[in-house]
Amino acid sequence: MTEVVFYVFATIAVVSAALCILQRSAVSAALWLVTTMFSLAGIYVLLGAQFIAAVQVLVYAGAVMVLFLFVIMLLNIGHSTPDLRGSSMVGATVVVVGLLVVELATLWRYTPRRLAAEITGTPLANPAALFAAGQAAQQETAARGVVGGVAAPLFQQYLVPFEATSVLLLSAIVGAVVLAKRKV
Amino acid sequence: MPVHLVWLTVAFPLLGFLVNGALAFARPNARRAVSVAGVGSLVASFVVSLGIFLTVRSAHIVEPEIVKLWAWLPVDRFHIDIAFQVDPLAAVMLLVVTGVGSLIHLFSVGYMQEDAGYARYFAYLNLFIVFMLVLVLGSSLPVLFIGWEGVGLCSYLLIGFWFSDTANASAGKKAFLMNRIGDFGVLIAMFQLWTTLGTLEFVGIAREAPRLLQPGGTAVTLITLFLFLGCTGKSAQIPLYTWLPDAMAGPTPVSALIHAATMVTAGVYLVARTNVLFAMAPATSTLIAGVGALTALFAASIGLRQYDIKKVLAYSTVSQLGYMFVGVGTGVFVSGLFHLVTHAFFKALLFLGAGSVIHAMHHAYHASHSHDDAQDMRNMGGLRSYLPKTWVLMWIATLAIAGVPPFSGFFSKDEILTAAFVRGADNPWYYLFYAMGLAAAFATAFYMARLMVMTFHGENRSGAAAREHLHEPGAIMTGPLIVLGVLSALGGILNVPAALGGHHALAGWLRPVFAPSAGYLQVEELRGSTEYLLIAAAVLAGVAGLVLGYRATLNSRLLPAREALPDTGFARVLANKYYVDEAYDRVIVRPVVGFSRSVLWRFFDQGLVDGLLVNGSARLFRGVGWLGSQLQTGQVGFYVLFFAVGAVWILHVLLG
Amino acid sequence: MLLGPSLALSAILFSLGVAGVLLRRNAIVLFMCIELMLNAVNLTFVALSRLYGAGGYVMVFFVMTVAAAEAAVGLAIILAIFRHEQSVDLENINLLRG
Repeated sequence: MTEVVFYVFATIAVVSAALCILQRSAVSAALWLVTTMFSLAGIYVLLGAQFIAAVQVLVYAGAVMVLFLFVIMLLNIGHSTPDLRGSSMVGATVVVVGLLVVELATLWRYTPRRLAAEITGTPLANPAALFAAGQAAQQETAARGVVGGVAAPLFQQYLVPFEATSVLLLSAIVGAVVLAKRKV
Repeated sequence: MPVHLVWLTVAFPLLGFLVNGALAFARPNARRAVSVAGVGSLVASFVVSLGIFLTVRSAHIVEPEIVKLWAWLPVDRFHIDIAFQVDPLAAVMLLVVTGVGSLIHLFSVGYMQEDAGYARYFAYLNLFIVFMLVLVLGSSLPVLFIGWEGVGLCSYLLIGFWFSDTANASAGKKAFLMNRIGDFGVLIAMFQLWTTLGTLEFVGIAREAPRLLQPGGTAVTLITLFLFLGCTGKSAQIPLYTWLPDAMAGPTPVSALIHAATMVTAGVYLVARTNVLFAMAPATSTLIAGVGALTALFAASIGLRQYDIKKVLAYSTVSQLGYMFVGVGTGVFVSGLFHLVTHAFFKALLFLGAGSVIHAMHHAYHASHSHDDAQDMRNMGGLRSYLPKTWVLMWIATLAIAGVPPFSGFFSKDEILTAAFVRGADNPWYYLFYAMGLAAAFATAFYMARLMVMTFHGENRSGAAAREHLHEPGAIMTGPLIVLGVLSALGGILNVPAALGGHHALAGWLRPVFAPSAGYLQVEELRGSTEYLLIAAAVLAGVAGLVLGYRATLNSRLLPAREALPDTGFARVLANKYYVDEAYDRVIVRPVVGFSRSVLWRFFDQGLVDGLLVNGSARLFRGVGWLGSQLQTGQVGFYVLFFAVGAVWILHVLLG
Repeated sequence: MLLGPSLALSAILFSLGVAGVLLRRNAIVLFMCIELMLNAVNLTFVALSRLYGAGGYVMVFFVMTVAAAEAAVGLAIILAIFRHEQSVDLENINLLRG
């Protein structure tokens, strides 16, 4: 059942991503991107990361994409203008992206067992022993709830980087305001 | 005085140079200080030299004493020290250089008194003495070469002393360039000596050459030929003599010191220093004697028709240097050096006398606002009554150079001619050299008599206005003249031959120096009557030259330079110095300049270096840069594409 | 466990993002493609954090933060460029051309 739902979401994600990059209109592209993000949120749920899924919907599909749409409409470039590059560029793109897919598609067959076997170099490695941290995290989630499972490392182990991101966001705000102002 | 203090002789003039050089920059008009430093340092050096000489004499130093100052080039087996060599030859040269040098320095105080470059002049002169002493004291060829190059530099600086006149500056350049050709020869000879003998010390050469070189072999002949090439440059022999007459552009005391008494005799000194090599190379020796004889005759014949008093003396110097080379080429090194010494006396006297005349003429013309040439003998005449002391002294020098007994030149010149004649017994070429030398002796006497008559006798031609201002210069200039006069008259005592009741004092003194070469030169004994006959012939040539020259010049109709008619016929060829300068210009200078201009400059420098290498490399990099810049399209897509290609490649490396 | 399929999906989405960046000239669409690539990477983090622990989730937060900051600043830059060029077509923006 889980796998079927996964593949449904995966198909939606891939198709809408493809449409996103092929749509002439920037508005449609943005909307297809929103679709991709929603289906990714569904996949996050399937992978047991419900909190991330919620944030994905709120921040990405909500805030960021609204910002995009807002800018598109502000600049009034929503209507279609041909903006695909020349045929030589299209050919190069097909080749490069094709190679990229071929290289990355090998990941398709990976399971925790095979990953453990490759990392340790022995075919009979026990994935449970190797990936004990993942087990512990799942038990933590089971004990403290989904939010607690994320919050504990975020505010304990990664507290300093977390605080650093607040500085990053502040500077991004200042930067965006300065850049967007007509006259400084 | 201990021998190891010999460095003091060099240190005093060096100090003088430094003081005068500093004064030339800081206080160019402090003439009294410059005079004290310039002359004082030389006199001090002379006193030390005298002390060294007496020590060498009393201690009977036979083996050269090496005074090492410091190690200069310690390179593996090639080890050169800055070291001085004290032996009888060095002692003689020390006395000549510092003695004559002191007198000429003293004379310069009067002669250059009113010159703006007074301090600079004495700085150069002192520096010259430093290098000349290094030259005669150096214990090895490289150290000698320091002095050799240094005196060349000072010669250049002093020839072009009044450099604001282009002719003087280019005369200096000419002297320098001609000397470079000779220096090249000395360098090559040094390289060859190092490869064949493995030493450049004079002591080492004297020790190794008989062991490692075959007498008359190719190696020693080549070495001596290249050494002699250096001598032809420095000592103004055919074919490199043309710079010396032009060098008269410098102040007259400089001509006396550098271009008559000391520097130009460096070639003779070099041959004497390396006498063992020349004794082992009879072919080279014959060539040297031949070149010397030819130069003696050739230059003397040019001297017959020159009008510039200094030019006459310059050609006379070239001619007398030729005699010295006949001497050393004949194998009688002592006679060559003897003539070097006596020549230093009488030629310095002649030049300083000429300087005294020019000084007087210059002042007279200056006072009468005339622009006539103060050096042209056609403007002189009858100066006897205005410059009586100079007249007497110049006559002494003239008799000396003409070889009239008992003046000094007679002894030295006679020895050389006699030796050449004797050598003719086993090499008939030397008879020819003897004949040429005799002819040159006649010509020498002739042009000297002509010079004396044109300058001091007959009617005065300098003009009524100038005549009133003619007077003898002061004691500071006549004093050195008198000393040199005494030396010129009595210098022959140094080496009176046995035939005239003497005992060859100089020859005995220098015997240890020439001991290594003695084995290679067979000494022919001469029957007494032949020797007296030869002496008579030489004296006759001199006296005949003097008498004929005196009468011919006195009887000819002389006009001041402005009114004189141009020479015709062979006289014109002589006056134009056989057109040698013109021929050199056509045959060597112009092709070299043309080659340099068209091939070296236009093709190599402008075409290859500037065009292909400098601009070419710039163009190459601009082209490569242009190619690189074509990658920078400014299109973000391209950058991303390259980025993606790189990412794919990295993935391939990681996963593949 | 869905590890392999998740990673493969992530790879495909990332490649599509790259293709979009290469193909499109509209600066805003370019930005959206970058967002797509960031999302693909996020998926990888989430999938692997089932094996390696909650660090992956934290990293996803950081990526989102960076993405938000980037979107804000980037869109502001596009606004400024649009004011200057009256266009967001990257063909017209080639100040770096050699």
